[in-house]
Amino acid sequence: MTELLVGTKKGLFVLEGAPGSRFEVADRAFAGDPVEYALHDSRSGRVLASVTSPFYGPKIWYSDGDAWEQAGGLALPGNGGAALERIWVLVPGEEDGTLYAGGDPGVLFESRDGGATFELNQGLWRHPSRAHWQPGAGGLCLHSIATWPGEPDRLAVAISAAGVWLTDDGGQTWRAGNEGIVARYLPEEPSPTEQVALCVHRLRRTPVRPERLFMQFHGGVYRSDDAGQTWNDIAAGLPSDFGFPLAVDPTDPDSAYVIPLNADVDRVTPDGRMRVYETRDAGASWTPRGDGLPSHDAYLTVLREAFGEVGEGASLELYFGTTSGAVFGSGDAGATWFEVASNLPPVHSIAATR
Amino acid sequence: MPVVRLRGPLKRLAGDRSEHAIDGGSVGELLVAIERAHPAAQGWILDERGVLRRHINVFVNGERGDQDTPVAAEDRIDVLPAISGGCAP
Repeated sequence: MTELLVGTKKGLFVLEGAPGSRFEVADRAFAGDPVEYALHDSRSGRVLASVTSPFYGPKIWYSDGDAWEQAGGLALPGNGGAALERIWVLVPGEEDGTLYAGGDPGVLFESRDGGATFELNQGLWRHPSRAHWQPGAGGLCLHSIATWPGEPDRLAVAISAAGVWLTDDGGQTWRAGNEGIVARYLPEEPSPTEQVALCVHRLRRTPVRPERLFMQFHGGVYRSDDAGQTWNDIAAGLPSDFGFPLAVDPTDPDSAYVIPLNADVDRVTPDGRMRVYETRDAGASWTPRGDGLPSHDAYLTVLREAFGEVGEGASLELYFGTTSGAVFGSGDAGATWFEVASNLPPVHSIAATR
Repeated sequence: MPVVRLRGPLKRLAGDRSEHAIDGGSVGELLVAIERAHPAAQGWILDERGVLRRHINVFVNGERGDQDTPVAAEDRIDVLPAISGGCAP
């Protein structure tokens, strides 16, 4: 059985089922509140959810099976002039009990106790370039956290719109990793302070070749083979280089999946067709995967965290949700697709486990 | 002493008690005191800067107030979620 934690504008939905047929809604939590992201940590069995109450602010909640408890420590320094706006993503770390939370305004939190308490990463918070960071349309969101298998001190994070940041010392110091990225919304020769104004939409690392990362940019799809220091455009062959989500087959470092949207001024699927694009040669070529997906009059939007995967190889399961409340899935690495659920609230995020 | 009245989750987080008699000269001082007395409520009414959350309204004796509104011993302060804070459909 596969479990999907679906964060929506109106709460968390737990969907259960098997690839090929519709899933059942097994549970719902935080009814009415926006759930940005939810994670089932397979190491502990704990479920964590990032919830942004419009009244009471952003919180992380965790449950070991019964009641939800509020996680502690999710606050910025009171004298810093900024307040925490939202937690975009939760990611398990490499060490037992370690979890990361990325949020707005461009902040990283770390937990050492499985998500019961968090602590602000001071290295990124105090980075000298922070004064020049600019928010994207969704805020100054730290939305991607790429751990390095077996090396807990190495992380890559991505911020919209402040580019990629890399650390090799557990987050004490950070350096930018943006060489080769071309932003069409900046001058050809941006000033040094504007060079970090890069609107990365999603970043994923390939676990079996961790120096390789894929990136969906705000106009561009990129690959790095040097741990995020430099980037090469691999968008040729896609109907559009604009989009948000990104998935990978964890056993194939040459694999990536993207869901192109028309453009930043028209954030819907091109040609009225819902299609996922797959590469198995590290971006040299892209193959449209749409068998079973809406093929006409489909003008859909898929948000950055709303694309998740579980498994590997030919049985890789892929799931994505739309802002119109549909969830689609594939149990055969994108070769065929089925409708998992429909008529949900707008989907913010999907995390799959089995 | 002025009395702060809470509802819903704020009441639950403040010891499951609706009415709280607290010393203070302004709405802001009372709210800080409420959160300090009930750590579970920390960050729910005021953000980490000590600023009243945008979609929380306070009323002093039925009149809309803000953090700077002075309060007297006989005043009643209601802390309520604002209609503007409802998540858009």
